[in-house]
Amino acid sequence: MSTVVKGAALTTPLSRMTALARAELTLLGRTRGALVAALFVPLVLPVSVRSAAREMDLAEAGLNTGTLVLPAAVGFSLLFAVYSVLVGSFVVRREELVLKRLRTGELRDVEILAGSALPAALTGLVQCLLLAAGCSVLLDLSAPSAPHLAVLGLLLGLVLCAALAAATASFTRTGESAQVTPMPLLLVSMMGSGMFVPLELLPDRVASVCELLPLTPVVTLVRGGWTGDLSGAEALGAVATAVAWTVLAVFAVRRWFRWEPRR
Amino acid sequence: MENNGHEHVIEVTDLRRVYGGGFEAVSGISFSVRRGEIFALLGTNGAGKTSTVELLEGLAPPAGGRIRVLGHDPYTERALVRPRTGVMLQEGGFPSELTVAETARMWAGCVSGARPPAEVLALVGLESKAGIRVKQLSGGQRRRLDLALALLGDPEVLFLDEPSTGLDAEGRRDTWELVGALRDRGTTVLLTTHYLEEAENLADRLAIMHEGRIAVTGTPAEVTATQPSRISFELPEGYFVGDLPPLGELGVTGHETDGRTVRLRTRELQRSATGLLLWAERARVELRRLDVRSASLEEAFLGIAEDASAGRATGTTTKEYAA
Repeated sequence: MSTVVKGAALTTPLSRMTALARAELTLLGRTRGALVAALFVPLVLPVSVRSAAREMDLAEAGLNTGTLVLPAAVGFSLLFAVYSVLVGSFVVRREELVLKRLRTGELRDVEILAGSALPAALTGLVQCLLLAAGCSVLLDLSAPSAPHLAVLGLLLGLVLCAALAAATASFTRTGESAQVTPMPLLLVSMMGSGMFVPLELLPDRVASVCELLPLTPVVTLVRGGWTGDLSGAEALGAVATAVAWTVLAVFAVRRWFRWEPRR
Repeated sequence: MENNGHEHVIEVTDLRRVYGGGFEAVSGISFSVRRGEIFALLGTNGAGKTSTVELLEGLAPPAGGRIRVLGHDPYTERALVRPRTGVMLQEGGFPSELTVAETARMWAGCVSGARPPAEVLALVGLESKAGIRVKQLSGGQRRRLDLALALLGDPEVLFLDEPSTGLDAEGRRDTWELVGALRDRGTTVLLTTHYLEEAENLADRLAIMHEGRIAVTGTPAEVTATQPSRISFELPEGYFVGDLPPLGELGVTGHETDGRTVRLRTRELQRSATGLLLWAERARVELRRLDVRSASLEEAFLGIAEDASAGRATGTTTKEYAA
Protein backbone atom coordinates (compact mmCIF):
# COMPACT_ATOMS: atom_id res chain seq x y z
CA MET A 1 0.00 0.00 0.00
CA SER A 2 1.05 3.55 -0.36
CA THR A 3 0.08 6.61 1.54
CA VAL A 4 -1.22 9.20 -0.83
CA VAL A 5 0.44 12.48 0.02
CA LYS A 6 0.12 15.54 -2.11
CA GLY A 7 3.38 16.82 -3.50
CA ALA A 8 2.50 20.42 -2.83
CA ALA A 9 3.32 22.16 0.42
CA LEU A 10 0.57 22.30 3.03
CA THR A 11 -0.71 25.64 4.20
CA THR A 12 0.23 26.83 7.68
CA PRO A 13 -2.03 28.60 10.17
CA LEU A 14 -0.08 31.78 9.51
CA SER A 15 -0.39 31.60 5.72
CA ARG A 16 -4.10 30.90 5.96
CA MET A 17 -4.79 33.70 8.42
CA THR A 18 -2.74 36.13 6.35
CA ALA A 19 -4.82 35.36 3.26
CA LEU A 20 -8.03 35.81 5.20
CA ALA A 21 -6.84 38.98 6.93
CA ARG A 22 -5.84 40.50 3.60
CA ALA A 23 -9.35 39.95 2.23
CA GLU A 24 -10.90 41.34 5.43
CA LEU A 25 -8.70 44.43 5.19
CA THR A 26 -9.98 45.02 1.65
CA LEU A 27 -13.54 44.60 2.92
CA LEU A 28 -12.95 46.97 5.84
CA GLY A 29 -11.77 49.59 3.37
CA ARG A 30 -14.99 49.15 1.40
CA THR A 31 -17.36 49.43 4.36
CA ARG A 32 -17.53 53.22 4.50
CA GLY A 33 -19.84 53.56 7.50
CA ALA A 34 -17.84 51.29 9.73
CA LEU A 35 -14.61 52.85 8.58
CA VAL A 36 -15.68 56.40 9.39
CA ALA A 37 -16.89 55.39 12.84
CA ALA A 38 -13.73 53.41 13.47
CA LEU A 39 -11.33 56.11 12.36
CA PHE A 40 -12.94 59.34 13.53
CA VAL A 41 -14.87 58.64 16.73
CA PRO A 42 -11.72 57.72 18.68
CA LEU A 43 -10.13 60.98 17.47
CA VAL A 44 -13.10 63.19 18.35
CA LEU A 45 -14.16 61.79 21.74
CA PRO A 46 -10.84 62.56 23.50
CA VAL A 47 -11.52 66.25 22.85
CA SER A 48 -14.65 66.06 25.01
CA VAL A 49 -12.67 64.21 27.68
CA ARG A 50 -10.26 67.08 27.62
CA SER A 51 -12.99 69.65 28.19
CA ALA A 52 -14.43 67.52 30.99
CA ALA A 53 -10.97 67.41 32.54
CA ARG A 54 -11.15 71.13 33.31
CA GLU A 55 -13.89 70.44 35.89
CA MET A 56 -11.83 67.81 37.72
CA ASP A 57 -9.21 68.02 40.38
CA LEU A 58 -6.68 65.94 38.48
CA ALA A 59 -3.70 66.84 40.63
CA GLU A 60 -5.32 65.18 43.62
CA ALA A 61 -5.37 61.91 41.64
CA GLY A 62 -1.79 62.41 40.53
CA LEU A 63 -2.88 62.99 36.95
CA ASN A 64 -2.65 65.70 34.34
CA THR A 65 -4.65 66.32 31.18
CA GLY A 66 -2.36 64.08 29.15
CA THR A 67 -2.52 61.07 31.46
CA LEU A 68 -6.30 61.44 31.60
CA VAL A 69 -6.92 61.86 27.88
CA LEU A 70 -4.51 59.29 26.39
CA PRO A 71 -5.78 56.18 28.25
CA ALA A 72 -9.32 57.31 27.45
CA ALA A 73 -8.39 57.67 23.77
CA VAL A 74 -6.90 54.16 23.77
CA GLY A 75 -10.17 52.92 25.28
CA PHE A 76 -12.24 54.67 22.59
CA SER A 77 -10.06 53.20 19.89
CA LEU A 78 -10.46 49.67 21.26
CA LEU A 79 -14.22 50.10 21.62
CA PHE A 80 -14.98 51.75 18.28
CA ALA A 81 -12.22 50.67 15.89
CA VAL A 82 -11.90 47.11 17.18
CA TYR A 83 -14.87 45.92 19.22
CA SER A 84 -17.84 47.52 17.38
CA VAL A 85 -16.35 46.98 13.93
CA LEU A 86 -15.72 43.31 14.64
CA VAL A 87 -19.19 42.62 16.03
CA GLY A 88 -20.56 43.94 12.74
CA SER A 89 -18.16 42.06 10.50
CA PHE A 90 -18.58 38.71 12.31
CA VAL A 91 -22.37 39.00 12.04
CA VAL A 92 -22.35 40.07 8.39
CA ARG A 93 -19.94 37.27 7.41
CA ARG A 94 -22.23 34.81 9.12
CA GLU A 95 -25.28 36.21 7.33
CA GLU A 96 -23.46 35.97 3.99
CA LEU A 97 -22.61 32.31 4.82
CA VAL A 98 -18.94 33.25 4.53
CA LEU A 99 -18.11 31.70 7.90
CA LYS A 100 -19.79 28.45 6.92
CA ARG A 101 -17.93 28.39 3.62
CA LEU A 102 -14.62 29.08 5.35
CA ARG A 103 -15.24 26.18 7.72
CA THR A 104 -15.36 23.75 4.79
CA GLY A 105 -11.70 24.49 4.08
CA GLU A 106 -8.46 24.01 5.91
CA LEU A 107 -8.88 27.02 8.24
CA ARG A 108 -9.62 25.99 11.82
CA ASP A 109 -12.36 27.79 13.71
CA VAL A 110 -9.97 29.87 15.80
CA GLU A 111 -8.04 30.85 12.67
CA ILE A 112 -11.23 32.06 10.99
CA LEU A 113 -12.05 34.34 13.92
CA ALA A 114 -8.48 35.50 14.48
CA GLY A 115 -7.78 36.08 10.79
CA SER A 116 -11.00 38.06 10.40
CA ALA A 117 -10.16 40.11 13.49
CA LEU A 118 -6.60 40.94 12.44
CA PRO A 119 -7.26 44.00 10.22
CA ALA A 120 -9.44 45.69 12.85
CA ALA A 121 -6.90 44.87 15.56
CA LEU A 122 -4.12 46.37 13.43
CA THR A 123 -6.25 49.46 12.79
CA GLY A 124 -6.71 49.82 16.55
CA LEU A 125 -3.00 49.35 17.20
CA VAL A 126 -1.92 51.95 14.66
CA GLN A 127 -4.60 54.34 15.89
CA CYS A 128 -3.41 54.00 19.50
CA LEU A 129 0.19 54.66 18.51
CA LEU A 130 -0.91 57.78 16.58
CA LEU A 131 -3.01 58.91 19.56
CA ALA A 132 -0.03 58.46 21.88
CA ALA A 133 2.13 60.51 19.53
CA GLY A 134 -0.61 63.13 19.18
CA CYS A 135 -1.14 63.46 22.94
CA SER A 136 2.60 63.78 23.51
CA VAL A 137 2.78 66.69 21.12
CA LEU A 138 -0.51 68.46 21.84
CA LEU A 139 -0.90 67.84 25.59
CA ASP A 140 2.74 67.98 26.63
CA LEU A 141 2.63 64.38 27.69
CA SER A 142 6.02 63.23 28.90
CA ALA A 143 7.51 59.91 27.87
CA PRO A 144 5.96 56.89 29.63
CA SER A 145 7.81 55.93 32.80
CA ALA A 146 6.79 52.24 32.58
CA PRO A 147 6.25 51.65 28.84
CA HIS A 148 6.06 47.87 29.26
CA LEU A 149 2.80 48.27 31.23
CA ALA A 150 1.30 50.44 28.51
CA VAL A 151 2.28 47.96 25.80
CA LEU A 152 0.95 45.05 27.84
CA GLY A 153 -2.31 46.88 28.47
CA LEU A 154 -2.76 47.70 24.80
CA LEU A 155 -2.06 44.14 23.60
CA LEU A 156 -4.36 42.64 26.25
CA GLY A 157 -6.98 45.18 25.20
CA LEU A 158 -6.77 44.16 21.53
CA VAL A 159 -7.13 40.45 22.26
CA LEU A 160 -9.87 41.09 24.81
CA CYS A 161 -11.90 43.30 22.45
CA ALA A 162 -11.65 40.78 19.59
CA ALA A 163 -12.83 38.00 21.91
CA LEU A 164 -15.64 40.15 23.34
CA ALA A 165 -16.71 41.05 19.79
CA ALA A 166 -17.02 37.37 18.84
CA ALA A 167 -18.92 36.74 22.09
CA THR A 168 -21.29 39.64 21.36
CA ALA A 169 -21.75 38.37 17.79
CA SER A 170 -22.88 35.06 19.30
CA PHE A 171 -25.94 36.88 20.60
CA THR A 172 -26.51 39.10 17.57
CA ARG A 173 -28.75 37.78 14.83
CA THR A 174 -28.60 40.31 12.05
CA GLY A 175 -26.49 43.13 10.69
CA GLU A 176 -29.06 45.63 11.94
CA SER A 177 -29.00 44.34 15.49
CA ALA A 178 -25.19 44.56 15.35
CA GLN A 179 -25.68 48.34 15.52
CA VAL A 180 -27.29 47.92 18.94
CA THR A 181 -25.75 44.93 20.68
CA PRO A 182 -22.33 46.57 21.21
CA MET A 183 -24.00 49.50 23.04
CA PRO A 184 -24.05 48.06 26.57
CA LEU A 185 -20.31 47.46 26.64
CA LEU A 186 -19.61 50.83 25.01
CA LEU A 187 -21.68 52.73 27.58
CA VAL A 188 -20.55 50.76 30.62
CA SER A 189 -16.91 51.12 29.61
CA MET A 190 -17.11 54.85 28.90
CA MET A 191 -18.87 55.48 32.24
CA GLY A 192 -17.13 53.03 34.50
CA SER A 193 -13.74 52.10 33.13
CA GLY A 194 -11.97 55.33 33.96
CA MET A 195 -12.26 56.85 30.53
CA PHE A 196 -14.27 59.99 31.25
CA VAL A 197 -13.75 59.98 35.02
CA PRO A 198 -10.61 58.36 36.48
CA LEU A 199 -11.41 55.75 39.11
CA GLU A 200 -9.21 57.69 41.56
CA LEU A 201 -11.91 60.39 41.66
CA LEU A 202 -14.76 57.95 42.36
CA PRO A 203 -15.94 56.86 45.83
CA ASP A 204 -13.89 53.83 46.94
CA ARG A 205 -16.76 51.39 46.90
CA VAL A 206 -17.85 52.38 43.38
CA ALA A 207 -14.24 52.33 42.20
CA SER A 208 -13.65 48.79 43.42
CA VAL A 209 -16.65 47.58 41.42
CA CYS A 210 -15.53 49.54 38.36
CA GLU A 211 -12.11 47.92 38.58
CA LEU A 212 -13.74 44.66 37.58
CA LEU A 213 -15.24 45.95 34.33
CA PRO A 214 -13.70 44.47 31.15
CA LEU A 215 -11.90 47.56 29.87
CA THR A 216 -10.81 49.02 33.24
CA PRO A 217 -7.59 46.96 33.41
CA VAL A 218 -6.59 48.19 29.97
CA VAL A 219 -7.13 51.84 30.86
CA THR A 220 -5.40 51.31 34.23
CA LEU A 221 -2.34 49.67 32.67
CA VAL A 222 -1.96 52.31 29.95
CA ARG A 223 -2.34 55.12 32.50
CA GLY A 224 0.07 53.38 34.87
CA GLY A 225 2.51 53.02 32.00
CA TRP A 226 2.69 56.77 31.69
CA THR A 227 2.46 57.83 35.36
CA GLY A 228 4.55 54.97 36.73
CA ASP A 229 2.30 55.04 39.82
CA LEU A 230 1.08 51.48 39.50
CA SER A 231 2.36 49.05 42.13
CA GLY A 232 3.33 45.52 41.15
CA ALA A 233 0.27 44.11 42.89
CA GLU A 234 -2.03 46.60 41.18
CA ALA A 235 -0.55 45.80 37.78
CA LEU A 236 -0.89 42.09 38.42
CA GLY A 237 -4.50 42.54 39.48
CA ALA A 238 -5.27 44.46 36.31
CA VAL A 239 -3.63 41.79 34.12
CA ALA A 240 -5.56 39.07 35.95
CA THR A 241 -8.85 40.92 35.40
CA ALA A 242 -8.19 41.36 31.69
CA VAL A 243 -7.16 37.72 31.30
CA ALA A 244 -10.25 36.57 33.20
CA TRP A 245 -12.54 38.54 30.88
CA THR A 246 -10.74 37.15 27.85
CA VAL A 247 -11.13 33.59 29.11
CA LEU A 248 -14.78 34.23 29.81
CA ALA A 249 -15.32 35.65 26.32
CA VAL A 250 -13.51 32.71 24.70
CA PHE A 251 -15.66 30.32 26.72
CA ALA A 252 -18.82 32.11 25.55
CA VAL A 253 -17.65 31.92 21.93
CA ARG A 254 -16.89 28.22 22.16
CA ARG A 255 -20.24 27.60 23.77
CA TRP A 256 -22.58 29.89 21.84
CA PHE A 257 -20.95 31.19 18.66
CA ARG A 258 -23.06 30.35 15.59
CA TRP A 259 -21.33 29.73 12.29
CA GLU A 260 -24.42 29.98 10.13
CA PRO A 261 -27.61 32.03 10.32
CA ARG A 262 -30.71 30.65 11.97
CA ARG A 263 -33.17 29.46 9.38
CA MET B 1 -6.81 -4.11 4.58
CA GLU B 2 -5.42 -0.60 4.11
CA ASN B 3 -6.04 -1.04 0.43
CA ASN B 4 -9.68 -1.28 1.23
CA GLY B 5 -9.54 2.17 2.73
CA HIS B 6 -8.18 3.48 -0.53
CA GLU B 7 -10.60 1.62 -2.69
CA HIS B 8 -13.53 3.13 -0.81
CA VAL B 9 -12.80 6.81 -0.60
CA ILE B 10 -16.03 7.51 1.26
CA GLU B 11 -17.60 5.04 3.66
CA VAL B 12 -20.79 5.83 5.53
CA THR B 13 -22.30 3.44 8.05
CA ASP B 14 -25.63 3.87 9.87
CA LEU B 15 -25.31 7.62 9.67
CA ARG B 16 -27.78 9.71 11.65
CA ARG B 17 -28.23 13.45 12.02
CA VAL B 18 -30.58 15.05 14.52
CA TYR B 19 -31.11 18.80 14.69
CA GLY B 20 -31.54 20.85 17.84
CA GLY B 21 -35.33 20.66 17.82
CA GLY B 22 -35.17 16.85 17.76
CA PHE B 23 -35.89 16.59 14.03
CA GLU B 24 -34.10 13.59 12.57
CA ALA B 25 -32.96 14.63 9.09
CA VAL B 26 -30.83 11.55 8.40
CA SER B 27 -32.08 8.26 9.80
CA GLY B 28 -29.40 5.61 9.54
CA ILE B 29 -28.00 5.51 6.02
CA SER B 30 -25.05 3.50 4.70
CA PHE B 31 -23.21 3.71 1.40
CA SER B 32 -19.71 3.82 0.03
CA VAL B 33 -18.04 5.57 -2.87
CA ARG B 34 -15.08 4.11 -4.70
CA ARG B 35 -12.09 6.08 -5.91
CA GLY B 36 -12.70 7.82 -9.21
CA GLU B 37 -16.44 7.37 -9.03
CA ILE B 38 -19.21 9.95 -9.33
CA PHE B 39 -21.85 9.20 -6.74
CA ALA B 40 -25.12 11.14 -6.76
CA LEU B 41 -27.51 11.61 -3.86
CA LEU B 42 -30.91 12.21 -5.36
CA GLY B 43 -34.02 13.26 -3.57
CA THR B 44 -36.79 15.77 -3.22
CA ASN B 45 -36.27 18.87 -1.09
CA GLY B 46 -36.07 17.88 2.54
CA ALA B 47 -35.00 14.32 1.77
CA GLY B 48 -31.81 14.80 3.81
CA LYS B 49 -29.25 15.23 1.01
CA THR B 50 -27.64 18.42 2.27
CA SER B 51 -27.77 17.24 5.87
CA THR B 52 -25.82 14.17 4.78
CA VAL B 53 -23.26 16.04 2.69
CA GLU B 54 -22.56 18.50 5.49
CA LEU B 55 -21.65 15.59 7.75
CA LEU B 56 -19.35 14.15 5.06
CA GLU B 57 -17.71 17.56 4.71
CA GLY B 58 -17.03 17.51 8.45
CA LEU B 59 -19.10 20.61 9.25
CA ALA B 60 -20.87 18.90 12.13
CA PRO B 61 -20.53 15.67 14.10
CA PRO B 62 -23.10 12.96 13.33
CA ALA B 63 -25.68 11.99 15.97
CA GLY B 64 -24.83 8.38 15.26
CA GLY B 65 -22.97 6.11 12.86
CA ARG B 66 -19.59 6.39 11.28
CA ILE B 67 -18.05 8.31 8.39
CA ARG B 68 -14.67 7.73 6.78
CA VAL B 69 -13.39 10.04 4.09
CA LEU B 70 -10.01 8.94 2.73
CA GLY B 71 -9.80 6.69 5.76
CA HIS B 72 -10.35 9.42 8.35
CA ASP B 73 -13.17 10.92 10.36
CA PRO B 74 -13.86 14.24 8.59
CA TYR B 75 -14.96 15.95 11.81
CA THR B 76 -12.42 14.84 14.41
CA GLU B 77 -9.51 14.46 11.97
CA ARG B 78 -10.23 17.45 9.81
CA ALA B 79 -6.59 18.48 9.47
CA LEU B 80 -5.89 15.16 7.72
CA VAL B 81 -8.92 15.33 5.45
CA ARG B 82 -9.43 18.98 4.50
CA PRO B 83 -6.28 19.46 2.39
CA ARG B 84 -7.51 16.64 0.15
CA THR B 85 -11.16 17.62 -0.29
CA GLY B 86 -12.95 20.35 -2.21
CA VAL B 87 -16.39 21.58 -1.20
CA MET B 88 -19.14 23.45 -2.98
CA LEU B 89 -21.98 24.36 -0.62
CA GLN B 90 -25.56 24.63 -1.74
CA GLU B 91 -25.40 28.38 -1.38
CA GLY B 92 -22.45 30.69 -2.02
CA GLY B 93 -20.79 32.17 1.00
CA PHE B 94 -18.58 34.87 -0.40
CA PRO B 95 -18.24 38.42 0.86
CA SER B 96 -20.36 40.45 -1.57
CA GLU B 97 -17.93 43.38 -1.68
CA LEU B 98 -14.89 41.40 -2.85
CA THR B 99 -14.16 40.97 -6.54
CA VAL B 100 -14.04 37.54 -8.13
CA ALA B 101 -10.23 37.67 -8.34
CA GLU B 102 -9.89 38.81 -4.72
CA THR B 103 -12.17 36.00 -3.57
CA ALA B 104 -10.16 33.43 -5.50
CA ARG B 105 -6.88 34.81 -4.20
CA MET B 106 -8.14 34.64 -0.61
CA TRP B 107 -9.18 31.01 -1.06
CA ALA B 108 -5.94 30.14 -2.79
CA GLY B 109 -4.13 31.32 0.34
CA CYS B 110 -6.13 28.87 2.44
CA VAL B 111 -5.71 25.80 0.20
CA SER B 112 -2.72 23.49 0.16
CA GLY B 113 -1.08 23.24 -3.26
CA ALA B 114 -3.47 25.76 -4.77
CA ARG B 115 -3.46 26.22 -8.52
CA PRO B 116 -3.15 29.77 -9.82
CA PRO B 117 -6.54 31.45 -9.22
CA ALA B 118 -6.70 32.68 -12.83
CA GLU B 119 -6.41 29.11 -14.05
CA VAL B 120 -9.48 27.83 -12.16
CA LEU B 121 -11.47 30.93 -13.06
CA ALA B 122 -10.75 30.19 -16.72
CA LEU B 123 -11.80 26.58 -16.15
CA VAL B 124 -15.34 27.69 -15.27
CA GLY B 125 -15.42 30.52 -17.80
CA LEU B 126 -15.22 33.39 -15.31
CA GLU B 127 -11.91 34.87 -16.44
CA SER B 128 -13.64 37.91 -17.90
CA LYS B 129 -15.39 38.56 -14.58
CA ALA B 130 -12.22 38.69 -12.47
CA GLY B 131 -12.62 42.38 -11.66
CA ILE B 132 -16.35 42.24 -10.91
CA ARG B 133 -17.68 42.35 -7.34
CA VAL B 134 -19.32 39.12 -6.22
CA LYS B 135 -22.61 40.94 -5.53
CA GLN B 136 -22.85 41.84 -9.22
CA LEU B 137 -22.61 38.23 -10.41
CA SER B 138 -25.70 36.34 -11.54
CA GLY B 139 -26.81 33.29 -9.60
CA GLY B 140 -25.28 31.00 -12.20
CA GLN B 141 -21.97 32.87 -12.18
CA ARG B 142 -21.85 32.56 -8.41
CA ARG B 143 -22.32 28.80 -8.71
CA ARG B 144 -19.43 28.67 -11.13
CA LEU B 145 -17.24 30.74 -8.83
CA ASP B 146 -18.07 28.31 -6.05
CA LEU B 147 -17.09 25.40 -8.26
CA ALA B 148 -13.83 27.12 -9.22
CA LEU B 149 -12.89 27.53 -5.56
CA ALA B 150 -13.75 23.91 -4.82
CA LEU B 151 -11.27 22.94 -7.54
CA LEU B 152 -8.46 25.24 -6.39
CA GLY B 153 -6.55 22.60 -4.48
CA ASP B 154 -6.90 19.82 -7.08
CA PRO B 155 -8.86 17.79 -4.52
CA GLU B 156 -8.97 14.00 -4.47
CA VAL B 157 -12.55 14.13 -3.25
CA LEU B 158 -15.07 16.70 -4.37
CA PHE B 159 -18.37 17.40 -2.59
CA LEU B 160 -20.85 19.27 -4.78
CA ASP B 161 -24.17 20.24 -3.22
CA GLU B 162 -26.55 20.97 -6.10
CA PRO B 163 -23.78 22.16 -8.41
CA SER B 164 -26.03 23.12 -11.31
CA THR B 165 -28.99 24.68 -9.52
CA GLY B 166 -29.51 28.15 -10.96
CA LEU B 167 -27.49 27.44 -14.10
CA ASP B 168 -28.98 27.73 -17.56
CA ALA B 169 -28.96 24.72 -19.89
CA GLU B 170 -25.59 25.62 -21.36
CA GLY B 171 -23.98 26.25 -17.99
CA ARG B 172 -25.31 22.92 -16.77
CA ARG B 173 -23.78 21.12 -19.77
CA ASP B 174 -20.43 22.84 -19.10
CA THR B 175 -20.52 21.82 -15.47
CA TRP B 176 -21.29 18.22 -16.39
CA GLU B 177 -18.40 18.19 -18.84
CA LEU B 178 -16.06 19.61 -16.23
CA VAL B 179 -17.11 17.15 -13.54
CA GLY B 180 -16.90 14.27 -16.00
CA ALA B 181 -13.37 15.31 -16.96
CA LEU B 182 -12.38 15.45 -13.29
CA ARG B 183 -13.65 11.92 -12.75
CA ASP B 184 -11.65 10.76 -15.76
CA ARG B 185 -8.55 12.12 -14.05
CA GLY B 186 -9.33 10.11 -10.93
CA THR B 187 -11.22 12.60 -8.76
CA THR B 188 -13.93 11.07 -6.60
CA VAL B 189 -17.11 13.15 -6.71
CA LEU B 190 -20.10 13.09 -4.40
CA LEU B 191 -22.89 15.33 -5.60
CA THR B 192 -26.46 16.01 -4.65
CA THR B 193 -29.08 16.98 -7.17
CA HIS B 194 -32.77 16.99 -7.80
CA TYR B 195 -32.23 16.96 -11.56
CA LEU B 196 -32.74 13.37 -12.66
CA GLU B 197 -31.10 14.14 -15.96
CA GLU B 198 -27.98 15.22 -14.11
CA ALA B 199 -27.75 11.99 -12.15
CA GLU B 200 -28.48 9.92 -15.27
CA ASN B 201 -25.80 11.74 -17.27
CA LEU B 202 -23.09 11.99 -14.68
CA ALA B 203 -23.39 9.42 -11.95
CA ASP B 204 -21.66 6.07 -11.95
CA ARG B 205 -23.80 5.14 -9.00
CA LEU B 206 -26.55 6.89 -7.13
CA ALA B 207 -28.79 6.67 -4.12
CA ILE B 208 -32.31 8.02 -3.94
CA MET B 209 -33.05 9.48 -0.53
CA HIS B 210 -36.49 9.90 0.92
CA GLU B 211 -37.29 11.23 4.39
CA GLY B 212 -33.81 10.69 5.72
CA ARG B 213 -33.35 7.18 4.38
CA ILE B 214 -31.89 5.66 1.25
CA ALA B 215 -34.82 4.19 -0.67
CA VAL B 216 -32.77 2.61 -3.42
CA THR B 217 -29.14 2.60 -4.52
CA GLY B 218 -27.11 1.26 -7.44
CA THR B 219 -26.01 2.25 -10.93
CA PRO B 220 -28.58 4.27 -12.87
CA ALA B 221 -29.35 1.09 -14.86
CA GLU B 222 -29.80 -0.99 -11.72
CA VAL B 223 -32.05 1.59 -10.10
CA THR B 224 -34.11 1.87 -13.25
CA ALA B 225 -34.38 -1.92 -13.41
CA THR B 226 -36.03 -1.98 -9.99
CA GLN B 227 -38.95 -0.16 -11.54
CA PRO B 228 -41.62 -1.68 -13.82
CA SER B 229 -42.50 -0.15 -17.16
CA ARG B 230 -45.89 1.53 -17.36
CA ILE B 231 -48.85 1.60 -19.71
CA SER B 232 -51.69 3.99 -19.11
CA PHE B 233 -54.86 4.71 -21.07
CA GLU B 234 -58.52 5.65 -20.68
CA LEU B 235 -61.23 3.02 -21.14
CA PRO B 236 -64.27 4.25 -23.04
CA GLU B 237 -67.71 4.42 -21.35
CA GLY B 238 -69.18 1.02 -20.73
CA TYR B 239 -65.87 -0.80 -20.50
CA PHE B 240 -64.25 -1.93 -17.24
CA VAL B 241 -60.94 -3.46 -16.29
CA GLY B 242 -62.72 -6.79 -16.12
CA ASP B 243 -63.36 -6.55 -19.85
CA LEU B 244 -59.63 -6.58 -20.58
CA PRO B 245 -57.93 -9.92 -21.21
CA PRO B 246 -56.63 -11.53 -17.99
CA LEU B 247 -53.86 -9.10 -17.04
CA GLY B 248 -51.58 -11.73 -15.53
CA GLU B 249 -51.45 -13.45 -18.93
CA LEU B 250 -50.29 -10.19 -20.53
CA GLY B 251 -47.32 -10.06 -18.17
CA VAL B 252 -48.84 -7.20 -16.16
CA THR B 253 -47.66 -7.20 -12.55
CA GLY B 254 -50.15 -4.74 -11.15
CA HIS B 255 -52.69 -2.12 -12.06
CA GLU B 256 -54.42 0.94 -10.72
CA THR B 257 -57.64 2.58 -11.80
CA ASP B 258 -58.57 6.16 -11.24
CA GLY B 259 -61.95 6.94 -12.75
CA ARG B 260 -61.68 5.89 -16.38
CA THR B 261 -57.88 5.91 -16.34
CA VAL B 262 -56.09 2.57 -16.06
CA ARG B 263 -52.40 2.23 -15.29
CA LEU B 264 -50.64 -1.06 -15.79
CA ARG B 265 -47.22 -2.02 -14.47
CA THR B 266 -45.19 -4.61 -16.31
CA ARG B 267 -41.70 -5.98 -16.60
CA GLU B 268 -42.43 -7.27 -20.12
CA LEU B 269 -43.44 -4.10 -21.83
CA GLN B 270 -43.62 -5.42 -25.41
CA ARG B 271 -45.71 -8.45 -24.50
CA SER B 272 -48.11 -6.46 -22.33
CA ALA B 273 -48.51 -3.68 -24.87
CA THR B 274 -49.01 -6.08 -27.77
CA GLY B 275 -51.66 -8.04 -25.87
CA LEU B 276 -53.47 -4.90 -24.89
CA LEU B 277 -53.45 -3.40 -28.39
CA LEU B 278 -54.55 -6.65 -30.04
CA TRP B 279 -57.51 -6.78 -27.65
CA ALA B 280 -58.39 -3.17 -28.44
CA GLU B 281 -58.18 -3.86 -32.17
CA ARG B 282 -60.45 -6.89 -31.90
CA ALA B 283 -62.93 -5.16 -29.59
CA ARG B 284 -62.84 -2.00 -31.78
CA VAL B 285 -62.08 0.06 -28.70
CA GLU B 286 -60.17 3.30 -28.84
CA LEU B 287 -57.75 3.66 -25.93
CA ARG B 288 -57.59 7.41 -25.39
CA ARG B 289 -54.44 9.01 -23.94
CA LEU B 290 -52.51 5.82 -24.51
CA ASP B 291 -49.05 6.15 -22.98
CA VAL B 292 -46.50 3.35 -23.09
CA ARG B 293 -43.21 4.04 -21.37
CA SER B 294 -40.15 2.06 -20.33
CA ALA B 295 -38.84 2.33 -16.82
CA SER B 296 -36.65 5.38 -16.29
CA LEU B 297 -34.89 7.02 -13.44
CA GLU B 298 -37.75 9.45 -13.33
CA GLU B 299 -40.21 6.58 -12.84
CA ALA B 300 -38.02 5.24 -10.07
CA PHE B 301 -37.83 8.64 -8.45
CA LEU B 302 -41.56 9.31 -8.69
CA GLY B 303 -42.28 5.75 -7.68
CA ILE B 304 -40.48 6.25 -4.41
CA ALA B 305 -42.34 9.45 -3.62
CA GLU B 306 -45.60 7.73 -4.63
CA ASP B 307 -44.95 4.67 -2.51
CA ALA B 308 -44.56 6.91 0.47
CA SER B 309 -47.88 8.60 -0.08
CA ALA B 310 -49.77 5.62 -1.54
CA GLY B 311 -51.37 4.77 1.77
CA ARG B 312 -52.82 8.25 2.00
CA ALA B 313 -54.36 8.31 -1.47
CA THR B 314 -58.12 7.93 -1.81
CA GLY B 315 -60.26 7.20 -4.82
CA THR B 316 -57.51 5.03 -6.28
CA THR B 317 -57.61 1.28 -6.21
CA THR B 318 -54.42 -0.66 -6.47
CA LYS B 319 -54.04 -4.33 -7.09
CA GLU B 320 -50.81 -6.31 -7.04
CA TYR B 321 -50.37 -9.69 -8.66
CA ALA B 322 -48.05 -12.34 -7.37
CA ALA B 323 -45.02 -12.43 -9.66
